[in-house]
Amino acid sequence: MKSTDQTRIQKALAEATFEAYKSAVIRLPPDVLRVIEQAAATETSPVARGEFANILQNIAMAEKLGVPMCQDTSVPVIYLTIPPDVPLTQELYAAVTEGVRKATKEVPLRPNVVDPLTRHNTSDNTGHGMPTIHVKPGEMFTVTVFPKGAGAENMSRIGMLLPSQVGQIEKFVVETVYLAGSRPCPPIVIGVGIGGTFDGAAAMAKEALLQPLDCMTEYERGILAAVNRLGIGPMGLGGDFTALAVKVKTAGCHTASLPVAVNIQCWANRHATVEVPL
Amino acid sequence: MSAKTAKPVQLRTPLGEEVLALHAGDHVELSGLVYTARDEAHLRMQKEGIPFDPKGAVIYHCGPVIQDKRVVAAGPTTSARMNELSGFLIEKGVRALIGKGGMGTRVRDQLKGKGVYLAFTGGCAALAADRMTLKGVFFEDLGMAEAVWVIELDRLPLVVGIDAHGNDIFGDVSSHAEAEYARYRQS
Repeated sequence: MKSTDQTRIQKALAEATFEAYKSAVIRLPPDVLRVIEQAAATETSPVARGEFANILQNIAMAEKLGVPMCQDTSVPVIYLTIPPDVPLTQELYAAVTEGVRKATKEVPLRPNVVDPLTRHNTSDNTGHGMPTIHVKPGEMFTVTVFPKGAGAENMSRIGMLLPSQVGQIEKFVVETVYLAGSRPCPPIVIGVGIGGTFDGAAAMAKEALLQPLDCMTEYERGILAAVNRLGIGPMGLGGDFTALAVKVKTAGCHTASLPVAVNIQCWANRHATVEVPL
Repeated sequence: MSAKTAKPVQLRTPLGEEVLALHAGDHVELSGLVYTARDEAHLRMQKEGIPFDPKGAVIYHCGPVIQDKRVVAAGPTTSARMNELSGFLIEKGVRALIGKGGMGTRVRDQLKGKGVYLAFTGGCAALAADRMTLKGVFFEDLGMAEAVWVIELDRLPLVVGIDAHGNDIFGDVSSHAEAEYARYRQS
């Protein structure tokens, strides 16, 4: 591929990353909005109904004003799908990083990324190994931006269960939500990664959150019902909806292992995908 | 917990003894000046003093996004981080703390007969920004998230999480969750 093509692709990817980031922090995907609206319509606690009213008004206001729906505009988690005719180069990573910098300045986003030890803020939401970029092959060239806030991320957990504890997976999820309490800004969305390896389970738990929330399996609905019996409710003020949805992703694992990762996500399950024009 | 669907109580800063009549679960709309403060600002105020008149003042646990002297996004942060840092403010006359997630039993006791904790919905930064005008800043060297921003509110929708009588919705919900979880574990 000619170098001019390379430059053009990089520019297009940086711009698409910027657009996806901007869109993600301002408006929720339709399936996420639908589950919030459905919960708001059936919630029975008056205090919780007030919280849902604020959430829905906030979503409408973010769209109207074109501003982020939450001041924790998060750290960038990026998923790229690369078609066969686009070479995977270091420049693609640089282009994504450029898009993150532009979004930080122009949306604007709160600069959240710091060095983990010195805690020095880089001011542009990039740093060593940040943004986190996951790449997979695909038919289309797309960039997905999945901003992840700290409140919910901090409450996530991984357990290396015993192979005999398949029946305990639901308990591990419920325990994780119980320990999180009001801190992850419930009503939450719960991503569960089961199987794979230590790192793979965590990656699946996060990817599970990108799946449509308004269709759940019986297994997922069972976990959701158990979680909601805790009664933590929106913002920990009590209510029927501690969680809006549970999404599970699985992968083959070692016969002697059962990794289970639970990625907690606040009600603002923000993500957006933009196709990169070639 | 009292669960009211009545019209929200209108409050305006500086707050006085009217906050003592509020009950956990009451919906209120707050207007007037609030001061944002997170961990770093609390530590600075403990060391150097409070840079505003604390009598009847309202503290907002928030690290906003500010651009061109405008509040872009300003939802609440987790109040529990300030559990051990709020006593001196209440002692000096602060009447309300706003944040998310509730606060510890120590703060609940400190608020008795003095003030209230008002919960604002986590993540509702755009709604907040729509009801806010930036009026000033203290300790700007702490950075955007940690500085003390002076913000004027226009009817911010809140719910009384902890009242001045020791009622605490978050405490009640958390006890209920604990009991449910214990029962579930044994099932």
